[in-house]
Amino acid sequence: MPVIVKVLGFSLGLTLVFTLIANLLPQVEGEAPVEKIIDPSAFTEESFIALGEELFQGKGTCTLCHNNMGRAPDILALNMVETSTERMADSRYQGSAKDVEAYLRESMLQPSIYVVQGFGKKGSNDTESPMPTVDKAPIQLSELEINAVIAFMQAKDGNLVTVALPTEEATPTTSQSEITIQINEPAMAKTAEAALVQFGCTVCHSVLETESPVGPDLRTVASRLSVEEIRQSIVDPNAVIAEGFPPIMPTDFAEKMKVKELDMIVQFLVDSGK
Amino acid sequence: MHIRLILLIILLVGFVTPSLAEIASNSSEVVANTETTLTPAPELKRSDYPNMGFSSRSVVWILAQMHLFFAAFVLAVPIFVLVIEFIGFKYKDDRYDDMAHEFMKISITAYSITALFGGSLAFALFLLYPQFMAYMMRVFNTQTLVYAGLFFAESALLYIYYYGWNAMRYGEAKWGHLTIGLLLNAVGTTLLVVANSWATFMMAPSGINEVGAVTGSIWEIMKGPLWNPLNLHRVLANIAFGGAVVGAYAAYKFLSAKTMAEKAHYDWMGYTSNFIAVLAFLPLPFAGYWLMAEIYAYSQQMGITAMGGILAWLFVVQAILIGTILLSANYYLWSGMSRCEGSERYTWMIKYIALVLIVGFLIWVTPHTLILTPSEVATLGGSHHHTLGPLGIMPAKNIAVNLMLIATFLSFQLYRRSDKVITVSWAKAGNALMVAIYVIAIANIIFAGVYYGYFTNTVYKVGSSVMQVASTLIVIIGGVIIDTLMFKNAKTLPSTWGKVNNFSQYALFALPVAFTWLMALMGYVRSSVRTNWHVYTVMKDNSPENYIPAIGHAGNMMTIATVLFLLIIVFIFWIASLSNTKQVPEVDNASNC
Ligand code: HEC
Ligand code: HEC
Repeated sequence: MPVIVKVLGFSLGLTLVFTLIANLLPQVEGEAPVEKIIDPSAFTEESFIALGEELFQGKGTCTLCHNNMGRAPDILALNMVETSTERMADSRYQGSAKDVEAYLRESMLQPSIYVVQGFGKKGSNDTESPMPTVDKAPIQLSELEINAVIAFMQAKDGNLVTVALPTEEATPTTSQSEITIQINEPAMAKTAEAALVQFGCTVCHSVLETESPVGPDLRTVASRLSVEEIRQSIVDPNAVIAEGFPPIMPTDFAEKMKVKELDMIVQFLVDSGK
Repeated sequence: MHIRLILLIILLVGFVTPSLAEIASNSSEVVANTETTLTPAPELKRSDYPNMGFSSRSVVWILAQMHLFFAAFVLAVPIFVLVIEFIGFKYKDDRYDDMAHEFMKISITAYSITALFGGSLAFALFLLYPQFMAYMMRVFNTQTLVYAGLFFAESALLYIYYYGWNAMRYGEAKWGHLTIGLLLNAVGTTLLVVANSWATFMMAPSGINEVGAVTGSIWEIMKGPLWNPLNLHRVLANIAFGGAVVGAYAAYKFLSAKTMAEKAHYDWMGYTSNFIAVLAFLPLPFAGYWLMAEIYAYSQQMGITAMGGILAWLFVVQAILIGTILLSANYYLWSGMSRCEGSERYTWMIKYIALVLIVGFLIWVTPHTLILTPSEVATLGGSHHHTLGPLGIMPAKNIAVNLMLIATFLSFQLYRRSDKVITVSWAKAGNALMVAIYVIAIANIIFAGVYYGYFTNTVYKVGSSVMQVASTLIVIIGGVIIDTLMFKNAKTLPSTWGKVNNFSQYALFALPVAFTWLMALMGYVRSSVRTNWHVYTVMKDNSPENYIPAIGHAGNMMTIATVLFLLIIVFIFWIASLSNTKQVPEVDNASNC
């Protein structure tokens, strides 16, 4: 074999090995936040908290640091209302917050006013926080979004939400009633099966491969309900409550699902339930 | 003649500094005049990006990568060529001079290709990201003209340096030639650091206000927090990369050599290239630590995105690449020991070094979770994953890396010793000291890793490796000093260049392939930490491809770039050998093992 062939073969082979390894690892894309139009007057407390949670995990990148790896206080594991009260009682506390909501807001807008012990920037002796100011770039949460995150931090342990829901007047930045906010939108499900799993239908319903007694069996739903009724049961579950079942089905699928996903699910239930 | 050299240096420094300073003062004047009309960075909508029907990012990615590969190569080669030329001049050894000249020959063809890719890259950027480029031009302003000027100076000097080689080969004229080489490198390095300032500005902008309006001088804009760490990292990496590529050239010539004399020449050339590559490579991880530490200091969020977020998997691939590089370099040194009979004294140690390397390598590539379930992968959608995160700050890996570097240095040291019999009176004491340095450094590396890694609760483990880094550096520096002193009047044993098996030459191909891929990989992470920003915190990227691509997709892009580079390099080697009709002179076999 000519030398050039051997050498090129060897080099290309090695390149392919590296390529293969890169392709065998888990494939994760870092999605950028997607613009979404939201009508601020249409929020319910529930949907507002849900927005807060999405922001906490997505655009806010809070979980990058606030997780169980010791980079920052594990907000998801801590009861933030109790924690905030403790912090404000600390003798090192210099801020001006008098209640939990104000403390949480202050932590996000002026992180260095009070730095939780042991979490300060290296060499700053806990006087400077590594936490980014959340209304500034690169995070840039709007006031509405900050409120939603606070609502989420209060609500996640069953505490009282003190943040006022946004109203049209509360958003003086825009003259029209719609403002633009950004959330990390989950990728759209490709098949009905994937959508059923993604939206957690399988948790409560017997469908696909799973059995669950919480809600009615969806494998036979088409024999009980019409196409329109199935659609309504998903979009507005409390319109008609199936007999013998508690009214616990989530009511926010209409907001969360894309039209195509809803269509796929309905079609799937109709086809498979005949 | 020394005076002439010094004069020229003064001239050069005088040429570069005022022009930079001038721009600096010019733009601050501009700022002062337009204080009232500061223009922020543009805010782009998706529709602002031209849609050409193909992936804009992929095109720019490949072109930028190709330009970088070639630029790295042509900037690095003259650095070590100048050193080799100087050695040849000082010791009046034509072999060195010939080799330096031959290295330049490869580099000169690559130069025009660099310019070609540079031009295409600029064209693609202006075409596909016009508003972004307009903003960059506004920020960097006249600096781009200086860059263009430097580029012309670089071309002129490069051609004079190469084509004037034989005309200015001996005596007085050689000083002139060396001076041109020095100027060439000064201009080349300036070009590099100017271009670096664009990349670091995009990652950690300075000299502008919150909305991206220019408020500082060009100097303030260039001197962002990441500029110098990146400069050091790139200069070192370029030299290592350049050395590895010319090593492949030598290996190729070795394998196709017909005569023993040719074999001897290219064996020696390959050895020298490998020496350069490894020498520049050893301190590279430390430059990397510095860069990473500065990134953490600039923004912890950016640091974690790089090391503990979705990019964490990438460091598994990095470990495999660096492992390939270290194993190849060591294997090449061990094979090379067959050149000298005196090496038999040391061959027993090879198996232990190999053991350290392999164990270190395995520790390094082992991720915290070996296998992810599909549901884990599904939940990984966010920016962080709890089992992946610790990868970024794993102390065990720091121990492994440092031990691997020390093992590599040991291979290197043994190789250098294998053709010598040390005669200095304090040989015993010197050796004992050397062994002590090794033992203490290794103990220290393990201790620091275990103590800081597992027993202190600090978020900033990047900093904790300073002690380990220092230990490794002390071994390297101590080893070089002790050996230099001990080799005084050492007896040299016979050794034969060219007496090395063909198989060992493949290590010289593995090295550049891994280097090339590694550079592409590091480029991917460096760009990705900006997430969806063109210029971090001031100019958002709203293009359709503003997300961080998955490692597999990125890997495919890197492979495309690497293969393209390999093919063009083969073409360059071919061009270089076209003109190479000169017979190679017999190599003196006396020393230099
Ligand atoms: C770069 C890492 C980082 C990111 C991103 C980050 N934080 Fe923090 N955060 C910290 C650190 C470190 C602390 C502890 C130091 C301090 O008190 O400021 C902290 C403290 C806090 C506190 C006070 C906690 C306490 O125990 O008193 C709150 C509340 C908080 N962050 C909310 C958030 C929210 C909400 C987000 C997302 C919008 C966020 N953080 C994003 C690092 C981060
Ligand atoms: C928290 C548990 C829960 C989840 C999650 C849930 N459901 Fe339900 N679902 C129920 C319960 C309980 C009922 C019966 C009470 C009612 O009609 O609201 C029900 C009723 C229904 C019905 C009407 C069935 C009938 O026979 O009348 C349909 C159709 C349905 N769900 C579809 C879905 C789909 C599709 C999803 C996923 C997008 C989903 N559900 C997710 C609990 C759940």
